[in-house]
Amino acid sequence: MASPDPRAGFAELKFRDPVRARAMVEAMGRATAGIGRSRVSLMHVCGSHEQAIAKYGLRSAFPSALSVIMGPGCPVCVTDAREVDEGVALARQGVHIATYGDMLRVPGTVMSLADAQADGASIHVIYSAGQAVELAARLKEPVVFFATGFETTAVATAAIVLEGLPDNLSILSAHKYIPPAMDIVAATPGLAVEGFLAAGHAATITGWGVFEPFVSRHHLPVVVAGFEPLDILAGLVKLLELVRDGAPAVVNMYPRCVTRAGNLRAQEALWKVFQPSCGRWRGIADVPDGNLALRDRFAGLDARTRFAIDVASLPKSAVSVTAGACICGSIMAGIKSPTDCALFGSACTPEHPVGACMVSSEGTCRIWHQYGGHPDLGGIA
Amino acid sequence: MIDGRGFADDRIGLKHGAGGRAMRALIEQVCLPGLGGGATPGGIGLAAMDDGAAIPVGDRWLIVTTDSHVVHPIVFPGGDIGRLAVCGTVNDLAVMGATDVTALTCAIIVEEGFPRAGLERVYASIRAACEEAGAPIVTGDTKVMGRGEIDGLVLNTAGIGFCDRPVPDSSLAPGDVLIVTGTVGDHGMAIMAARHALSLDGDLRSDVAPINGVVRAALGAAGGGVVAMKDPTRGGLSSALHEMAQKSKVGILIEEAAVPVRPEVRGASDLLGIDPFVMACEGKAVMGVRPDAAAAVLAAIRAHPLGRDAARIGRCLDTHAGAVILDTGFGRRILAEPDGEPLPRIC
Repeated sequence: MASPDPRAGFAELKFRDPVRARAMVEAMGRATAGIGRSRVSLMHVCGSHEQAIAKYGLRSAFPSALSVIMGPGCPVCVTDAREVDEGVALARQGVHIATYGDMLRVPGTVMSLADAQADGASIHVIYSAGQAVELAARLKEPVVFFATGFETTAVATAAIVLEGLPDNLSILSAHKYIPPAMDIVAATPGLAVEGFLAAGHAATITGWGVFEPFVSRHHLPVVVAGFEPLDILAGLVKLLELVRDGAPAVVNMYPRCVTRAGNLRAQEALWKVFQPSCGRWRGIADVPDGNLALRDRFAGLDARTRFAIDVASLPKSAVSVTAGACICGSIMAGIKSPTDCALFGSACTPEHPVGACMVSSEGTCRIWHQYGGHPDLGGIA
Repeated sequence: MIDGRGFADDRIGLKHGAGGRAMRALIEQVCLPGLGGGATPGGIGLAAMDDGAAIPVGDRWLIVTTDSHVVHPIVFPGGDIGRLAVCGTVNDLAVMGATDVTALTCAIIVEEGFPRAGLERVYASIRAACEEAGAPIVTGDTKVMGRGEIDGLVLNTAGIGFCDRPVPDSSLAPGDVLIVTGTVGDHGMAIMAARHALSLDGDLRSDVAPINGVVRAALGAAGGGVVAMKDPTRGGLSSALHEMAQKSKVGILIEEAAVPVRPEVRGASDLLGIDPFVMACEGKAVMGVRPDAAAAVLAAIRAHPLGRDAARIGRCLDTHAGAVILDTGFGRRILAEPDGEPLPRIC
């Protein structure tokens, strides 16, 4: 068998076909022109969408009137400083903390989990909820799973809870639920977002039907999209057409994975274990029903009831001048871009992050930095 | 160029050996000042931070280079530390323009307790690689250190060769065509798969090979038209392009779809989320070629067994000096310079 031509591999992937992409970019141009305004803003709420947009250089191909903004789509970034403080306080009280690697360097009010680790606290990076269970079984000492992420990872946390946790393992939930945050963003004064691109992976769980109440409340279209370049372009074409036609609706452009009802088994597990509660999203606002708290019947597993978390004991320190200049909040709210920040790429880099958006691989600043910032790429003959 | 960000630390980290910005800052701030700034009057010396030095001798040029090797694991799919040590130095000489190797040295430090059979295997592959490259080892050194004082084996090779015209990595001009002699990312991905026992489908093998033959073919076809060369080892194609763009003060535009990447490497890189352009090669060269010589150079490279997958991957711009821009086929973005190797001890 002849070995495949290494120069042919790139375009063979169906959802990465540049010829179809060009056709879609032209369709975006037509739809944007049809809207007829000098600026049209659409928002996506997912770090993976931003990754793909940046990686494939899609923004440079968008019509100049179109602005595609990343909203609060990075679960690590929107985890509030107060929640990080709880994890840090517990760690300093001598409890083992298990958490996802992205959380380590996210700043709390005074320090991050990585800082606590440097001071001698016991922090364990895990890659799945199941590893928290394995860790607790091995250590036989009190372990707290600092559980973060949107509905995708919350389902995994729910699954280990329903299977039964080892006696020495409890949960500190900082899980967030995206749909209520979209309500907050849609109602933000001065933010002229005309449509939302919803994250395909979260919608595999919730189903696309979850966005129907949002559409009727805000009269803004929502398109569910996948993560290959053509998925995103097709989603944006559809969203622009809905804006142009003044036809707010939910359209599922990711039917190979997403259904209207979603994954009912996952939803059952999620809502059996968690209940929506009001919580602070870093940089955004208090989001009614935006946090996922353990239900009362699981209170015995809740680190917040099992331990006296002494946040007040954390050393006090003034916010540094550098941190004071960080605009992560405005970036996550979709009001500003990383390039609007004086710290981006100079005082704030992945090696020395100042704000949460530069820490997580899902954060807007980190993604833009990884793919070269957002320079002017015009003028190339 | 010291950007002030690369080396703020008071201890040496792994990133300072990764071939990127941090390592350049370390050399500029610590090594060069102690060596008189690395000046080599009339030649290419330390300060140029090229693949080797070029010193005028009579009407010819002496090329000198040295390289230490600490790869883990010592034996990997496609090669071992012995083959790597020979090829590393032969290839550095070749991309400076010296494709005929006058002599190599080989120094080895062995950890107490290292199996004799393993050492014999390493020397067998050193011998085989030398024969392949036409490179004689003329002197060497052997040391043994106590158990735990080093990890297995450390090899150092140095080499000299002569050429009529050294090829620096800093002479690109707008309009020059960029050619890569084959697929990129093979070595780095093979090491990663071997080290982490990733059971990925397909045959991930290092490309470690002496490229002096394929470079000789290119130089022979060009009539002086090959103006810049680099072997994209640590930091991969991306680091090599950045160095060439910054030193030459030109912009570089790369067509992503034109860069040859083996399907196995692309699959593994998609899975692991690591760009194959930052993964090391150990048997490839990146060349800047004057536009009128590009077709002849590409044909000559492709006629060589190690150059069958060679491709024209981009061109130099008269804008965006120092930047590397990637045309993804969907749009364009900056190809960011890697801040560190995704995994240490790859070569």
